[in-house]
Parts: sequence; structure tokens; C-alpha cells
Amino acid sequence: MTATLNAPTTDTSFDALDVLESEAIHIFREVAGEFDRPVILFSGGKDSTLLVHLAAKAFAPAPIPFSLLHVDTGHNYQEVIDFRDQLVEKLGLRLVVAHVQDWIDDGRLTERPDGTRNPLQTVPLLDSIVEGRFDAVFGGGRRDEERARAKERIISLRDSFGRWDPRKQRPELWNLYNGRHAAGEHVRVFPISNWTELDVWRYIQREGIELPSVYFAHQRQVFRRDGMWMAEGPWGGPRKGETLELKSVRYRTVGDGSCTGAVESTATTLDEVIAEVTASRLTERGATRADDRMSEAAMEDRKREGYF
Amino acid sequence: MVDSAERRDLLRFATAGSVDDGKSTLVGRLLYDTKSVLADQIEAVQRASVDKGLSTPDLSLLVDGLRAEREQGITIDVAYRYFGTPKREFVLADTPGHVQYTRNTVTGASTAELAVLLVDARYGVVEQTRRHAAVLALLRVPRLVLAVNKIDLVDFDGAVFNAIAKDFAGLARALGYAEDRIVTIPVSALLGDNVVEASANTPWYSGPTLLDHLESVPVTSPEIDAPLRMPVQYVIRPRTPEHPDYRGYAGQVAAGTVRKGQRVLVLPEELSSTVEAIDTADGELSHAGVGRSVTVLLTDDIDIPRGSMIVAADSPPTLTDEIEATLCWLAEKPLRPGARLLLKHGTRTTQAIVGALHDRLDTDTLTRTEPESLQINDIGRVTIRTADRLPVDDYADNRATGAFLLIDPPTGNTLAAGLVGNPLVVTELS
Repeated sequence: MTATLNAPTTDTSFDALDVLESEAIHIFREVAGEFDRPVILFSGGKDSTLLVHLAAKAFAPAPIPFSLLHVDTGHNYQEVIDFRDQLVEKLGLRLVVAHVQDWIDDGRLTERPDGTRNPLQTVPLLDSIVEGRFDAVFGGGRRDEERARAKERIISLRDSFGRWDPRKQRPELWNLYNGRHAAGEHVRVFPISNWTELDVWRYIQREGIELPSVYFAHQRQVFRRDGMWMAEGPWGGPRKGETLELKSVRYRTVGDGSCTGAVESTATTLDEVIAEVTASRLTERGATRADDRMSEAAMEDRKREGYF
Repeated sequence: MVDSAERRDLLRFATAGSVDDGKSTLVGRLLYDTKSVLADQIEAVQRASVDKGLSTPDLSLLVDGLRAEREQGITIDVAYRYFGTPKREFVLADTPGHVQYTRNTVTGASTAELAVLLVDARYGVVEQTRRHAAVLALLRVPRLVLAVNKIDLVDFDGAVFNAIAKDFAGLARALGYAEDRIVTIPVSALLGDNVVEASANTPWYSGPTLLDHLESVPVTSPEIDAPLRMPVQYVIRPRTPEHPDYRGYAGQVAAGTVRKGQRVLVLPEELSSTVEAIDTADGELSHAGVGRSVTVLLTDDIDIPRGSMIVAADSPPTLTDEIEATLCWLAEKPLRPGARLLLKHGTRTTQAIVGALHDRLDTDTLTRTEPESLQINDIGRVTIRTADRLPVDDYADNRATGAFLLIDPPTGNTLAAGLVGNPLVVTELS
């Protein structure tokens, strides 16, 4: 990714993926130009790995001028954590990890009865933003993921409590982003707002971006809950009546293990994953995220509280 | 199924219409019939429709995403939708018609290459249609489609459609649209006629369906053939052992094409140089067109900060600290002469003082009146004085360098969309 000044190429084929890539690079550079302390939310999942790849391209041959932040629920797959750490080392980046467990241990947070830690990420996230004095926080959210996200701006203001108010959003005109904010406020920035799940996969294939192995079909002990295949782990389960089975599965999203399900799959290559995503009759969050099934407006409600 | 290796282009378009024209239903229909809606989304809509006591699925529920929208049954904010066909990818800005219609229409139109305007076949072109069309014309959306919706409710009557099409053609002409830039299509969003599938109920109509038109219309914008404009976003200076002297100007080509060896001017510094290289993370380019993010290296060792603009030396923009402009006022707080604001143009933000208010456009009659202030949703012409000189083009020639924001210094809120010059020239109104 530091390659530069190589053999000239021509500019005859500027396709839909190129348009999306150039738009994302433009957004990264605007934020680098206008904010003092931006940070990229980086979990090692496919969307945030894509963000880091795009950021590297935006500033090549110089290094990425931001640090990275991960709110770790403690319920993550070891493969993903290892991948995260390897990429950070390879690119020579700085990563701050906020462990949800630390907030639970000192009483700032209480474990939920259902065991899911996904909603618990909001407080450590907001605390870390304050502590790091971050004024712009890049996230891998996409508008095609969910209806409330479809209404989100590319640069979106958060008040000093981290709250999103959908009725007070600034109009976003042309590609003139307005990131002005008062002390204590910050903005969330979504450079891949206009990408679809399929765009992400096609781009990953085109660019040869490496991903954690859990995105590809593998054998795993799983049990059925709420119509999804859940893995066994410290987040609980299988409960009584739920039985473990060995299945060939892969993950379409990677989140807190307590609420992220796997899908049955035999796709072991990018070509096969793209074919599977193209043919799928379920959205990525609908297929695998229990947190969005809680209510019609589950995502909107979490976003209002400061969730990413 | 779409071949993943196939190269497709992307069309950005907006929809606009008044309340109850069935815009959300049309968007829902477009998504549904292009199979862009997946099983879990359909199930959610079916569940919600049953809860509301409806006998058929309410496709508008696919797009009205916020709690308040579903509660009130209206669309409040611009929503972005994505769908693709084997021919093209689409980014749709769905702009609501009633609350803050100027704000929403301006937002959607500012990035659109085409706009779909809806009318109800029973009422035809109404006041709201004229307002929306005027805003779309002002923002220089290159192409318009009029979707005459609910054609089933006028018994698929070709005479009704023709009368509306004639009305609209007159309006579009008055607003400066050439005949080949507009298309009028009879549709029923509810039943699907002429949205994706050609309808057997409109034998008198031989034109394209809405999707046919969206898939085949050329993506054009005046910026492609305009002279080079590239605002500098960021200066890349690695200062690493491999790149000790690298100094690249990062930016997105806003208009025209940047070419290796091209003579350029840097504004407002008024420095001349030559493009030594056009760099990207994937290697050098010989040239780069509109929309491409690149890093430009110059032959001369000159110091250019963020906020400057690299332009074609043989066709530079006007460098000025006094701008005649048209404003779309988007804030509750009215604009009064003498206001001290911030102005963002390209990558530069500078202080600005609003001088005289020249006129206000009445979007119902398309005539101009003399205002004392500009209120929310008003469109008016003003003179603005800026602290820094800015390289501007007329918005009519170049939407990228003819556009700016006005920002409220204490709150940071965006107050107005600014357009250099007078992009809306109303010739006649039939």
C-alpha cells in the first residue's frame, strides 16, 4: 500500500467502485484537513478493515495520520482479535483498546441478564472519545444496512453526551462537508456510507484485502437460537434444550458473540462469497444480528444514545 | 445474477414530490421490482402493514426509517437508497416534499444527475410541482423525469396524461430545460405500471418505463468538459527515508481533467507551475478526470496550503472577494443584510459579510420581489464580501466551483446553500 510512482496507468475506466473509492478518500482527506484528533473505530471486521485500507490509500506514501480505537466487548472471536493486532503491527499504527470488562469490573457498567454486551459498548466508546480528546470518529456504518442508518449524514454531529438527533441534522450539500462543532461535541464520519454489502465484497476482491478467516466457510460447533446459528463461548449457551452441532458456517458480520449469528455456507473463496451474497434473500443484519431484531427502531434508539 | 467482474457505472438521482403523491410507494416499488428488497425486509413490512390494518403491504414502510416517520406516516428527512441492475448502480436521494421542502430538495438535488418529480394524475402539475421544479432547475440538475402517478385512478386515460405532459413541458422550457432533457412517464407506483415492467394498460404510451430510462440515460454533467479545477485538501509530506522530499497535493478533481505536463495556476496565490506527476496509491496516472481522488506533484518547489485551488492556466476562474450569488436559505433564523458569517467554498472556509439583498424569488409565480430578509425556504440574490479572495465560477458553468455553504459562526450550523451568479433564468411561463 506504500507503492507509488509506479508504471503509469490510464484513466479510461472509472467505474462504480472507483467512484466509491474516490469519494471515501475525499472524506478521509477532508477530515484530516479540518479536525485535530480523528480516530478510526477498528474491530478487525470487514467494514473497518476496508476503512483502514482506504485511509492508507488516501495518504500514501505517507502513513495514516490517525490512531485506531476498538471497543472490545470481550466476546470476540480470537481469530478476529489476532487479525486486528497483526494488521495494526503491519501498518505501524497506534491502537487503543477499551475493554468493556474493565467498565464492568469497576462498576461503571452492569452485565445484562441476557448476557449480550453489544449495547454496553456505548459508554466505553463515549468515555474513550472524551479521554482521547477525539473530535472526529470514523465508523464503517453503511446506509444500506438499516433504515435509520439510511438517514445518517456522512459527517454527523454528536452532542457532548454523544447523542444523535435525527431531527437536527445539518443539510449535507454537494460534497462540501460542514464539520464545525463546539468544544465537547464531536462528529462521526462514515466514509463508506454509499457502499452496499456487495460493493464491499467486490472491492475486497479487487484490492486483494485480507480478512479474518471467520468470513469464510469453516467447521464450527454451533447451536440454533432465534433462527440463527450461534457459536458456543463465554457469552453463554448452549442453554438447556439447545444442542451443539458441527456445521460448515461463515459470518456475514462480526460483532459481539452473544448476538451475532453465523450462516450456513460452503463459500471458502471470495468468488464464492460474492456469489452467495448476490443470491442471498436476507439482509446482512437481518440474517445475523439479534440486536437489530429487538424492535422496529432498535438501531435508531441505540444511535440516539451514542452507539456507532 | 450480476457478473462480479463486470464494470458498471453509477447514476445518482433524486426524487421529489408533494405529500400523498406516492413517492415512498414509488421508491418502494422500484426497490421491490428490481429485487433490491430482501425477504426479511419484506416480512417486516408485511408484519407492520398487518399491524396497521392494511390488506396489501405498504411499500412506503420500506423507506420511512425513523420512528417519527412511521408514527406520523410521513417522510421527514432525505434518505439514501441503493440498488443495482445488470446495467448500472444507483444512489437514490429520496427527498420529502412538505416539511422544509427547499432544504430537502436542495440537499437531494445538489448531488443528483437526474431528478424524478412526481405528480398525482388526478391533479396534474400543481403549485408544489412548480416549486420543486424551480429548485431542481436552480440547482442545475441536468435531467428531469415527470412521473405521472396514480394513472390507474384516472382509468389509464391517455388524454389526461397528455394534458399533464404538455403542462410540464411548458414549465420545464420556462425553467431552461431543453426538450431532450425531460421525459414524462405514466405510472402506477401501487400497481407497478411502467415502473419496471411496461404496462398493458397504457397502449397510448410508447416511451420507456421509469427503470428503462434510468438505466439508459447518459450520465452527463457540465463539469466533465469544463476547465480543470482541483481544490487542495491536504499536503502529503511523508518525510520518510524512502520519500524524503515527496510533496504531493491531495485532492479530488472537481472539474475537467488534470494531465501530466499540464500548465497550471494555483489560486489565490497566483503561482504558475506544471504537473510533474499524478500519483495514486496504485501508481501514477497520465491523466485523471472529474471525481477521481489523486495526489498532484508540481515541478516547482512552491508552498501551497489546504484551501488553495489548482486550475487550468489557460482558463482560470474569477478570483474575487465580492460575489454576486443566489442563496437557498435553510435555517429558522432569517438572513438580514450585514450578517457576519462563515463561507465554505471548495476546501477553504473564510469570513463573509452579506451586503445588499437584491431580490427574493417567488417560486409559485417565478417572479422576483424585494425582500428585507430571507426566511427559511426562501431563495434570493445577494452580494457577499469575503475576507479571502476566492476562485469562483458561475454555478451555471460549474456546480463544483460555483457552490458554497454559509455557516453560522456560533453554532456551526449550515444556514444556506450558495450558488455563484444567477443560475435560474426564467424565460417565459406558459
